[in-house]
Amino acid sequence: MRNAFAKQITELAQADERVVLLSGDIGNRLFDDLKAKCPDRFFNCGVAEANMIGVAAGMALSGLRPICYTITPFITYRCMEQIRIDVCYHHQPVVIVGTGSGLSYASLGATHHSCEEMGMLRLLPGLAVIAPADAMEVRGAMKAALKHPHPVYIRIGKKGEPVVHKTEPNFEIGKAIPVRDGKDVCLLSAGNMLPAALETADLLAAQKISAKVVSFHTIKPLDEATLADAFKNFKLVITMEEHSILGGLGGSVAEWLSSFPAAKARLIRCGTADEFLHETAEQEEAREHFGLTAAAMSARIKTALG
Amino acid sequence: MSDAPNLEFIARQLRFKLIQMSHAAGTPHLASAMSCVDILIAAYWNVAKIDAANPADANRDRFILSKGHAASALYAVLAERGFFPKDWLDSFGKHRARLAEQPAPNCAPGVELATGSLGHGLPVGVGMAMAARIQKRDYRVFVCMSDGECNEGTVWEAAMFAPAQKLEKLTVVIDYNKWQATGRSNEVMAMHPLRDKWTAFGWDAHEVDGHDISAVTRLLKNICPGKPTAIIANTIKGKGVSFMQDDNNWHYRIPNPEEVEAARKELGLA
Repeated sequence: MRNAFAKQITELAQADERVVLLSGDIGNRLFDDLKAKCPDRFFNCGVAEANMIGVAAGMALSGLRPICYTITPFITYRCMEQIRIDVCYHHQPVVIVGTGSGLSYASLGATHHSCEEMGMLRLLPGLAVIAPADAMEVRGAMKAALKHPHPVYIRIGKKGEPVVHKTEPNFEIGKAIPVRDGKDVCLLSAGNMLPAALETADLLAAQKISAKVVSFHTIKPLDEATLADAFKNFKLVITMEEHSILGGLGGSVAEWLSSFPAAKARLIRCGTADEFLHETAEQEEAREHFGLTAAAMSARIKTALG
Repeated sequence: MSDAPNLEFIARQLRFKLIQMSHAAGTPHLASAMSCVDILIAAYWNVAKIDAANPADANRDRFILSKGHAASALYAVLAERGFFPKDWLDSFGKHRARLAEQPAPNCAPGVELATGSLGHGLPVGVGMAMAARIQKRDYRVFVCMSDGECNEGTVWEAAMFAPAQKLEKLTVVIDYNKWQATGRSNEVMAMHPLRDKWTAFGWDAHEVDGHDISAVTRLLKNICPGKPTAIIANTIKGKGVSFMQDDNNWHYRIPNPEEVEAARKELGLA
C-alpha cells in the first residue's frame, strides 16, 4: 500500500500544483520520484508531528492541498488536538495519511500499533475516516480525498499486502465496494482485513455457508444503504478490522444499528480487544491473538449460526 | 516618528475599550489583552500590509494572535482599523455574538485563525509562510504569542522547523509580560534567557520594550536574509492602569464600575 501511495501522490502532485506532501521523517527513498518531479512540494517536517499538522493547516488556509504522512500512531494520537483544532475546526481539506496502521507493525510493539485511532478520529466533526483494503483502493482513496472539500484521514498498511482488486475500483468516500456475492452472512471488512475476509468466505463456503464480502473502506461517513441492506437480508453481519471492537467499524455499526428497527441480522464484531498487545508478535501472530484469522472468524460465524 | 504621539493616544483609548469590554461581558484575561496592545498597534498601523477593504486578499500579510485569550485586543484593533463596525465590540462575549471570548474560525474580517488553545499559531503561521514561497507570493506572516504559550512543545517544534526552512518572511513576537495564568513565567518554566533560546534555535532574535511602538515597529520591519525573526517584547501585564499593572489577579478579575471609572481617569480619557 505504501508504494501505491507514493506512486499515486506523485501523479496527483504533477496534475495539481496545489498538492504538497509533508512527511514526518519517514519513507526513506519512497518519495524520490516525487522529489525529482516536484522538488518544491515535498517537505520532511522531522520528528515533530504536531507541528506538521499545524503547518499543513496553514498551507490549506492559504489555498494548498497538503497531505501529511507518517506512522499511524504518531500522526494521530500524538497530534489529536492539532487535527481537531487546526484542521477540523477550521474545516480545512488536509489529507492525513497514517502508514503501518492497525497491526501492520505488530513486531515493533504497542507503541507502533494503532487499534484505537479510528475511534478517536471519527468523533471529530467533519473528518472522513477511510481504511482502504489494498493498493488499488489506496490509489482510489487518494484521488477521492483530493477531490473532497473537507478533511480526510486515511489509514494504510505497509508494503507487500495482497492486491484484491484486479483493477482500480470506482472509489467514493462513504460508498462500500461489494467484492463477492453471497446470501447467508455478510462480511464487512475495513482496511487490510479484506484478504482474510475472502478467505473466511472460502472456509464458510466449504461448510455450505454463503458469505457476501464487502470492502467497507469508509468508517465515517457510514454507507447506510449498504448497512440497511446487510441487516435486512442476511442472518449475520460481521465486521472485521485491525482495530478495537470499540469505536472503529464494529463500534460505528453497533451505534448505527441501535437506531435501525428493521434489522433482521445480528452483528458480530471481529477486532482487537480492549488491551495492549504485550507479547512479541508478527502481524499474523497478532491477528491470531485477537481471533482475526480466517480460521478463527469462520469458526465464530459457524457457531453463531448454530 | 511623527505619528507616535497619535498612536500612544490610540493605545490608551484601546486599553480603555478593553476594560469596558471586560466589564460589560464579564470576561477575564483583561491584563493579558492590555499587555499586547502596543505590539498590535505597531503591526496594524505601521507594518502589516492588510487592507481592511479587502481582508481576504491572497497577497495580504497575515497576523495571527496566537494568544487567543487576548482576543479582545485584536477585535478592538481590527474595529479601529475599519475591518468591521465598532459596534460589534459592544456584544463581545455575549450570547450569539460574532466576537467570542476567544476567536472562532472566520468570526470577523481580519481574524486569520481560531486560537485559544496555546501553541497552535506558530505552526500554522509557518505553514502560511511556506505556502507563500510555494505559491510565489510576497506576503509576510506575523505571529504574536504569550510567554506562557512558550511552555508548549509545539512552539519549539516550529521554532526548530522555521529556520530549517529559512522562512525570512516569518516574524514571531513574544509578549513577554513575565506572568502566566497562575505564576511567574520564569518560575513555572525556565524561560530565561528567552532571546538566547530563539537565537540558539536559529532565529534573528531581538529584545525590545514592547510598549515602545516606534521600537517595535522598527523590529517588525526587520527582515534578516535566510532567517525568521523573533522579537522578545518586554511588556507589563495590565499595562496602563496602576492598579492592574503587574498584578496577576487581573489575569482573571473583571473590573467593577468604580475600577472602570478609575482606569478611565488614569488613562487620561474624557
